[in-house]
Amino acid sequence: MSDMLLLVEPQIPALRRYARALTRDRATADDLVQDCLERAITHWQQRRDDGSPRAWLFSILHNLAMNRMSKARSQPRPVAIEDAGESALVRQAEQPDRLQHRDLLRGLEQLSEAHRSVLLLISVEDLSYAEAANVLGVPIGTVMSRLSRAREKLAQLMDAEAVVHPPVHGSLLRRIK
Amino acid sequence: MNARPISEDDLQAYVDETLEAARRAQVASYLSTHPEEARRIERYRDQRALLRAALAPIADEPVPPELNLTRMLETRRRPRREWARWAAAAVVLLCLGGVTGWSMRGATEHGPRGIVALAGEAADSYQVYASDRVRPVEMGEDDRAGLIRWASTRLGRAVSVPDLSTSGYRFMGGRLVATPHGCAVLFMYDDPAGTRLVLFTRTMEADRNMPMSEHSRDGLEGVAWSSEGIGYSLVGPTSSELRPIANEIRRQVGTTL
Repeated sequence: MSDMLLLVEPQIPALRRYARALTRDRATADDLVQDCLERAITHWQQRRDDGSPRAWLFSILHNLAMNRMSKARSQPRPVAIEDAGESALVRQAEQPDRLQHRDLLRGLEQLSEAHRSVLLLISVEDLSYAEAANVLGVPIGTVMSRLSRAREKLAQLMDAEAVVHPPVHGSLLRRIK
Repeated sequence: MNARPISEDDLQAYVDETLEAARRAQVASYLSTHPEEARRIERYRDQRALLRAALAPIADEPVPPELNLTRMLETRRRPRREWARWAAAAVVLLCLGGVTGWSMRGATEHGPRGIVALAGEAADSYQVYASDRVRPVEMGEDDRAGLIRWASTRLGRAVSVPDLSTSGYRFMGGRLVATPHGCAVLFMYDDPAGTRLVLFTRTMEADRNMPMSEHSRDGLEGVAWSSEGIGYSLVGPTSSELRPIANEIRRQVGTTL
């Protein structure tokens, strides 16, 4: 099990990042990562040696996240009134030096889960296309076409955001209410 | 010259900086003569850089205490608690009750007794036990021999645990379950994604030899069959592709019993 500690522990920050970007909620995300680590401990001996532990961990996490999110969709969670309309992800980005990322993260949130996950796994987490195909359980051709569409869609959403919310203003007004 | 045409896949790989040098040079030269494509790809490259920068702070946060892997590994190694044995004893008592106190039930009522009843009992058990995060099984994989001994004694025949690792499922453990038709044994499996399967088996008075049939209920699917007076039902969530696994189980119990 000591090799497990060496191989898995360095991946925890990236797993947290993927989970949070996917679920847009810190507590839910860390909960998922915890589940993921527990499963990784239990199933460590059964993983295939040919794949990278990183891709294996992302597969576990991704499946857990999809299960959780499909459950959450069927039973909507109550949202405090002051939280409505602004997500955890965007709020966190709205510290002064990160204002420039706001439109991007807002756009990311509007992508479908399929588009969001492929973009995150490849653009942010640096998984290879083959590894991403494995994590998502789709053929590599599907990964490529989804990636291309996700990038185009996100670009369009950012254009739209730039028109609807001119930079800086929108967020400052929102925070006062 | 017979250069391969530039594909959208090449352009995406260019954005991700995963092309080998020669191909990368070809794509760069293509983009230099296709300004519209070049603008689009440049946007994607900016987008990728911005996305990485925007999400980087999450990975820089200190890892919270509940994600301390060293501690999680240590907690795992702690021995199981003593009350597990008492709970096990309680199930035996329930089982005895199921056999003796309720033995008149089948004679007086004409409810389903055969394979349909078996499938229903298996689905009931799945709902109760597979959703249990704390103690889904009474005896874990670590005491497989003890579980087999216990189950074989209670069912009055040799019981074996099918190995589903080729289908990607790990044996978690099992328990006895009370049914209107006596004791049943439940084995639970899971895969790395946490999907759980239950194999439920008991002696059959009716439908002693039945081919596989599929059942579904409340988001669960099951495959049930019986052979020489022993019934089996495999239950899992919808879309868990049970049929090949059921075939594998039938093949294994056919050779070991």
